[in-house]
Amino acid sequence: MNILVVGLSHKTAPVAIRERVAFAPTAMEKPLHEMRALPAINEAVIVSTCNRVELYATSNDPDAGIHQLKQFFAGYHGLSLEELESHIYDYQGIDAIRHVFRVASSLDSMVIGEPQILGQIKTSYGYAVDFKTVGLILNRFLHKAFSVAKRVRTETNIAGNAVSVSFAAVELARKIFGTLEGKTVLLIGAGEMCELAARHFLNNGASSILVTNRTLARAEKLAEEFGGRALPFEEFTEHLHQVDIVLTSTGAPNFILSESKVQEVIRKRKNKPMFFIDIAVPRDIDPKVNKIDNVYLYDVDDLQGVIQANLKERQKEARKAEQLIEQEILQFHGWISSLEVKPTIVQLRRRLQEIQQGELEKTFSNLKELGAKEKKAIEALTNAIINKVLHRPTTVLKNGYGEEPGDNFVDAVRVLFDLPALTEDNELRSLEGSGD
Amino acid sequence: MNVLFFKITLLLYFASTILYLINVISRRDGAGRFGFRILAGGFAIHCITLVTRYVESGYAPLANLHESLSFFAWTLIGIFLLVELRYRMAVLGAFICSLALVVMIISGIVPKQVEELNPVLDSWWLPVHVTLAFLGNAIFAVSFGAAVMYLIQERMLKSKKFTSWYHRLPSLDALDDLNYKCLTFGFPAMTMGIISGAVWAESAWGTYWSWDPKQTWALITWFLYAALLHGRLNVGWRGRKAAILAIIGFLCLLFTYLGVNFLLSGQHSFDALRGM
Repeated sequence: MNILVVGLSHKTAPVAIRERVAFAPTAMEKPLHEMRALPAINEAVIVSTCNRVELYATSNDPDAGIHQLKQFFAGYHGLSLEELESHIYDYQGIDAIRHVFRVASSLDSMVIGEPQILGQIKTSYGYAVDFKTVGLILNRFLHKAFSVAKRVRTETNIAGNAVSVSFAAVELARKIFGTLEGKTVLLIGAGEMCELAARHFLNNGASSILVTNRTLARAEKLAEEFGGRALPFEEFTEHLHQVDIVLTSTGAPNFILSESKVQEVIRKRKNKPMFFIDIAVPRDIDPKVNKIDNVYLYDVDDLQGVIQANLKERQKEARKAEQLIEQEILQFHGWISSLEVKPTIVQLRRRLQEIQQGELEKTFSNLKELGAKEKKAIEALTNAIINKVLHRPTTVLKNGYGEEPGDNFVDAVRVLFDLPALTEDNELRSLEGSGD
Repeated sequence: MNVLFFKITLLLYFASTILYLINVISRRDGAGRFGFRILAGGFAIHCITLVTRYVESGYAPLANLHESLSFFAWTLIGIFLLVELRYRMAVLGAFICSLALVVMIISGIVPKQVEELNPVLDSWWLPVHVTLAFLGNAIFAVSFGAAVMYLIQERMLKSKKFTSWYHRLPSLDALDDLNYKCLTFGFPAMTMGIISGAVWAESAWGTYWSWDPKQTWALITWFLYAALLHGRLNVGWRGRKAAILAIIGFLCLLFTYLGVNFLLSGQHSFDALRGM
């Protein structure tokens, strides 16, 4: 049994291609069933996001499976395979496992560490569960991918540092103030980015918000939205000393805050630190303000610089994540490999023989008076029991039961008889060799 | 016996220093947590070291250079363990542990044998005076570490050039707060250290204050910290200015503790460095 991946992503295909092969989330039943019905395919999951479209499948014949998946991928969207061929990648076995673990852990994302992809894969998996196109292997595989992603998220700092302007502002504020609790934010002017940042500050603990705008009505409306207080634009500087964080984005052609004004305010605050975020272009605050002790002024470019630094940090963390994923791959691959019928039968027989040997030794050491002949008879007896007990499970594993193929019982047998997963390929081969 | 315990302590401090450094460099918090435990263990052994030395020598082990340095390291680690419980700063751990380790290594190099106690030192004032003085020293060492970290972090936030330190250092507020707390605890300890020294001097030498170089420098240091405390409480000094003063204060304090002994002579010399 082999895991297969066929797909394309932002790394291999432009949006013009990606949009043509996307699967609509409202109509997943048809493609999932068609994919599942491909002759070489046993299980099917379709992941379709704006940055990637991927098919996950299992197959007993990986090469044929991949070919059929590619045909299906192009054909379903009315495209020819030639058009897509150069954009499509395909993986099988360990490489397929690695790919899905990396995607789920957001190592393959456009912005490394972004959190959406995991949710998107979970949703895609949900469709496959609803339409019953997944079985034992993909079930286990995707749950494993989710737990790997969670491990990566908790054990590395991959999602730790902000990579958007508004989050970067919140993070900087934390570096200055420690906590945002009890801090007051002043929002000057309006603008999407500014409002978003204000919202982030409130969500992260800032306790109150003041809003000012050249049109007071606009300020009042925003203040109401944020549960804050509106100030007339002419008066806002009088309240500046009560404010810890200032967000500004007005359309003013000149500076609305001068160095001397801020100096006066900071003196009034007894040097309690202030953080100014100037998102306006042209800028609202005199850049010299940054020179004042205990005052920190960031404009849009400065925040971009922080984001770049954070992205670099994420890349470092991604390297840790890759190591972690490699360990998990080995483990999972061991499980998949042990799902083969032949080695399972061999292991099962060995297991019973171990028990037999142990029990025989115990019995013989207790009954010293037994002769060679009796011993032989007892051994033959226990052998016969083992063969009788094993007959049925072996037949079912080999030939299946009714409609169900023997593969489906492998996992149950392994659990019932506590057979250890195989971790090494050569161990597996040795079992396969002796099985015939 | 106390020397054996001393060596174990040294080893454990070494291990926790390495662990804290690993924590800072590779940002594995697990290493720091482990380091904290090892350090706590080392501190416990250190306590035993001091007690056995007390038992073996018959006087509070604060008389010669070896004992003095070992005790200084003990107060450093003790104070840091308290701070770590509340602030969790791996970088501070790396700094304080390294400092304590260096102090311990020097203490391990100088002669360790128990000597006949100088009759002047044979007084209950010895442990009182030295403990208070070293408590102040250790607290101010922590504040020095916090101040250096503050300046690095502040520099980065101002210049907007972010190195990997940005992610490793605590917030400015936490560092400034730690700096202030250290001052409020360290200053009284230091003050009482100086007063207890004066009272002891009166009973030992017949005069409260003899302008011994150690006393003079202690007084200079005291004035520096007094100015800082005053500035913080009444003038609203904080952040950068306060950090710079804390650094100057500590350098002055280091000179009082060690520099005076090496460069100037007076009543506070250690016999181990005869002439110092």
